[in-house]
Amino acid sequence: MDRLKVNIGSLELQNPVTTASGTFGYGTEYADFIDLNRLGGIFVKGTTLEPRQGNDYPRMAETPSGMLNSVGLQNKGVNYFAEHIYPKIKDYNTRIIVNVSGSTVEDYVKCSERIADLDKVPAIELNISCPNIREGGMAFGTSCQSAANVTRAVRKVYRKTLIVKLSPNVTDIAGIARAVEDEGADSVSLVNTFLGMAVDAETRKPKLSTVTGGLSGPCIKPIALRMVWQVYNAVKIPIIGMGGISNAADAIEFMLAGSTAIQIGTYNFIDPAISMKVVDGITGYMDRHNIKSVSEIIGKLEV
Amino acid sequence: MKVLDFTVRSNEQLNYQNNLIKVTPADNGTLPEMSPGQFVQILVNNSGNVFLRRPISINLVDKEKNEMWLLVQRVGEGTRKICETPAGETLNIIFPLGNSFSIPQEEGKFLLVGGGVGAAPMLFLGKKLREKGFSPDFLLGGRSQRDILQLSDFEALGTVYCTTEDGSLGEKGFVTHHSVLQKSRYDFIYTCGPKPMMVAVAKYAHSNKTGCEVSLENLMACGFGACLCCIEKTTRGNLCSCTDGPVFNINELTWID
Repeated sequence: MDRLKVNIGSLELQNPVTTASGTFGYGTEYADFIDLNRLGGIFVKGTTLEPRQGNDYPRMAETPSGMLNSVGLQNKGVNYFAEHIYPKIKDYNTRIIVNVSGSTVEDYVKCSERIADLDKVPAIELNISCPNIREGGMAFGTSCQSAANVTRAVRKVYRKTLIVKLSPNVTDIAGIARAVEDEGADSVSLVNTFLGMAVDAETRKPKLSTVTGGLSGPCIKPIALRMVWQVYNAVKIPIIGMGGISNAADAIEFMLAGSTAIQIGTYNFIDPAISMKVVDGITGYMDRHNIKSVSEIIGKLEV
Repeated sequence: MKVLDFTVRSNEQLNYQNNLIKVTPADNGTLPEMSPGQFVQILVNNSGNVFLRRPISINLVDKEKNEMWLLVQRVGEGTRKICETPAGETLNIIFPLGNSFSIPQEEGKFLLVGGGVGAAPMLFLGKKLREKGFSPDFLLGGRSQRDILQLSDFEALGTVYCTTEDGSLGEKGFVTHHSVLQKSRYDFIYTCGPKPMMVAVAKYAHSNKTGCEVSLENLMACGFGACLCCIEKTTRGNLCSCTDGPVFNINELTWID
């Protein structure tokens, strides 16, 4: 199956299909449904230096062809991850990539250092785009200067593959991508959720406890695709594309627009076996179009 | 847990807003062991807008007919589409999900309290208790007579008490006003229904030092512990009501001050 291999910097993935942080737990939640060893990679739940309880209920509102969430990075902290979760998932034959988040640059650095100690985690995804935490998170990803600062600080202490997850809630996502590329990021992943809101007309109340939350699902796909294309034309580092991918055709579209690999997010909730169908669908597409290696289609949008 | 296509064997409209849908595995496979309190996630077909699956509790498992009963209330477009599925058509279902009510080992006096469509899992639980040789009592509440569902099915399993807000069936008022709660002492109470009702039942149980389990219906996306949306505040922190629940002992919750 070498024809499905792709490279994110020096990190080789057995195929381009990975699962998005915050939609796939630690992988084990899906072990009843799929063979995790067939995934290109698993981006595990956003991890912070200290445990976080997350936001109050309600944290979710369904919207046309999508959903809003305001989970707020509920997790037990990086030490719990390293001691209790990592041993259970480290031996899967896939790439385990930890999504790292924080409220201060120092948080990101310390959390990344702890993850760097874990042999079977070859990469981190620096989450500078979470819209659901009061301090930090997305604030780092909405200006070139702050994105550059946190990337530079983590790059100093983290020598393995560094992926930076970008926020779409900016005026110029290509500019942010260039800023983190300049600071030594090996890759960018995009997009995180769009800041959105839902209101209950009857009660006049917001549907989320936090009022606003992050929008995901098929409804964001056209915007995500546009942003991948813009970033592809602005940077040289590989892109991991995501935003509403719900079948193999969507995944191919993101690759044609410039993604080296893709993440499947919200659609895992609808069909927990979707990632396997996308792997098979990509293979079918390659057969139909006589493509020898999937990397041949990256950025091959004909304009 | 698995994802499976089910064939709709029958789909009966029980009242103005509820359907009883009986399904069997499309591949004719035997239904696995399931427990009262567990639920399923149903994919909504033929809807451009509805995106997420709809969580529905298991109403009953009929092992002889290899059928699972699902009692569905038409709340919005998703549940309406599910209720429009005719016999012979397919529903894609993730099942079984969640934990279950604890089944007592010794004989006792058990009260199963259901409000509206929330009574659905109480039928399955009542059947399980019956199979253990116990005689559960049921207390069913609704706005009006037409909101009390599956009455004859419940009556086949034990004594049934009813309350309606308009007094059209049983005693007038809420379930917690029913005179049986003054007359009888129960060893354990199970409840599922609207949250204000469950809170009132939990407070009644607590003040009488009676054990009590509630089944929550928090909004959820996935149903299997990945999205962390359906959390409930508990003595052990925020827990997913889909995997750590939907059944919680009231001692774990923060409902009673």
